[in-house]
Amino acid sequence: MSNLQASRGGIKEQSGLRYPTNGKTIYHRPLNRTKTAELSGASFAYLFSEMVSYASKKIESIQDLEKRLNVQGHPIGLKLLDLLLYREPARSQTRPLNIITLLHFIKINVWQHLFGQAADGLEKSSDPSKPDEYMIIDNEPLVNRYISVPRDMSQLNCAAYVAGIIEGVCDGSAFPARVTAHSVGKQEEGELWPGRTVFLVKFAPEVMERESFLGKG
Amino acid sequence: MPREPSMSASKAARVGEEGRVDKVNAELVVLTYGTIVAQLCKDFDGDYVQVNKQLDKMGYNIGLRLIEDYLAKSNTMRRCSNFRETADSLAKIGFKIFLNISPTVTNWTSDNKQFSLIFEENPLADFVELPDDGRAQDELWYSNIFCGVLRGALEMVQMQVEAHFISDVLRGNDTTEMRVSLIRYIDDELPPEDD
Repeated sequence: MSNLQASRGGIKEQSGLRYPTNGKTIYHRPLNRTKTAELSGASFAYLFSEMVSYASKKIESIQDLEKRLNVQGHPIGLKLLDLLLYREPARSQTRPLNIITLLHFIKINVWQHLFGQAADGLEKSSDPSKPDEYMIIDNEPLVNRYISVPRDMSQLNCAAYVAGIIEGVCDGSAFPARVTAHSVGKQEEGELWPGRTVFLVKFAPEVMERESFLGKG
Repeated sequence: MPREPSMSASKAARVGEEGRVDKVNAELVVLTYGTIVAQLCKDFDGDYVQVNKQLDKMGYNIGLRLIEDYLAKSNTMRRCSNFRETADSLAKIGFKIFLNISPTVTNWTSDNKQFSLIFEENPLADFVELPDDGRAQDELWYSNIFCGVLRGALEMVQMQVEAHFISDVLRGNDTTEMRVSLIRYIDDELPPEDD
């Protein structure tokens, strides 16, 4: 026991980080303190717009830009998975073990936490040749609220950032997937949801293989 | 001409709270800022001086647009009568509206042109620990975007200021403190005549 403590002390000494003497460190801060905290939507909009305009520098294609936004969302998804599960009551704290539970977790928990409401829909691809594709639908993505896409970039959907977050959650749960955001709202007058976005989740072959194997058992 | 009395601090605080604003989950904002900084650290290959500059630039872009939002939400369509009043308004109304915090205004110089903002709380820094690479704690100002926001926003109301952090709890200091200096009031310039 004393050995263990000594070695722990050793590790602490190796860390080169300085900490304030008044204990204002992330280790002293309760992890749930900001669970329900709110901040101005404008602050988010300003940050997100700077993120998008920074990402749109030196890009070669729209896909490039979407990829960059995706990459920035990815680490958030990885961390949210842990954070949100930690905050669940003990009985529902287990990681999702199959595709449907995982997608439900994203549709309900992740969406509720980030955007204040569950996603509007969850569908399986109706194309029998694509059993690995699922769709999460958001009629009006919060991140796009103040984004107007220029005409010459009409394929762009900045919710690629959110796609990255979803991808992070999937990867972190050991369900590797590619997630992309697609605008499906019609740009006609009177259209109820012009910003309707589909997040296409395409799972890796090994996920499908495992799923079918487990399904049989 | 009679001058309006300067707004009291308590009044300023009340206006900040009354601001009608749409709200989002705080962690969405915090994590988004975090991923921006992390990406910059990658893109600039750990050159934290460049990261600070880029954050300041992003903040400046935000400040230029944010001031209008501030004026609309704060319901104070009135010029501050002096720099002290400006400092109180930005700390108690501006930061309150956009980040729900009120940093303390203090350490004025005798000429009333320089003050400090002390951040008791800094939502941007929740969940944050700087990289343990022996440099980040000496070079990176994690919340440097604030400096740019102040510079941009005040420039739009004819004040040229300089702002920089002098301490940060993320660096192991006991306080997070920003120094703000008034360089000059920008005179209204007549647009160039088009001959």
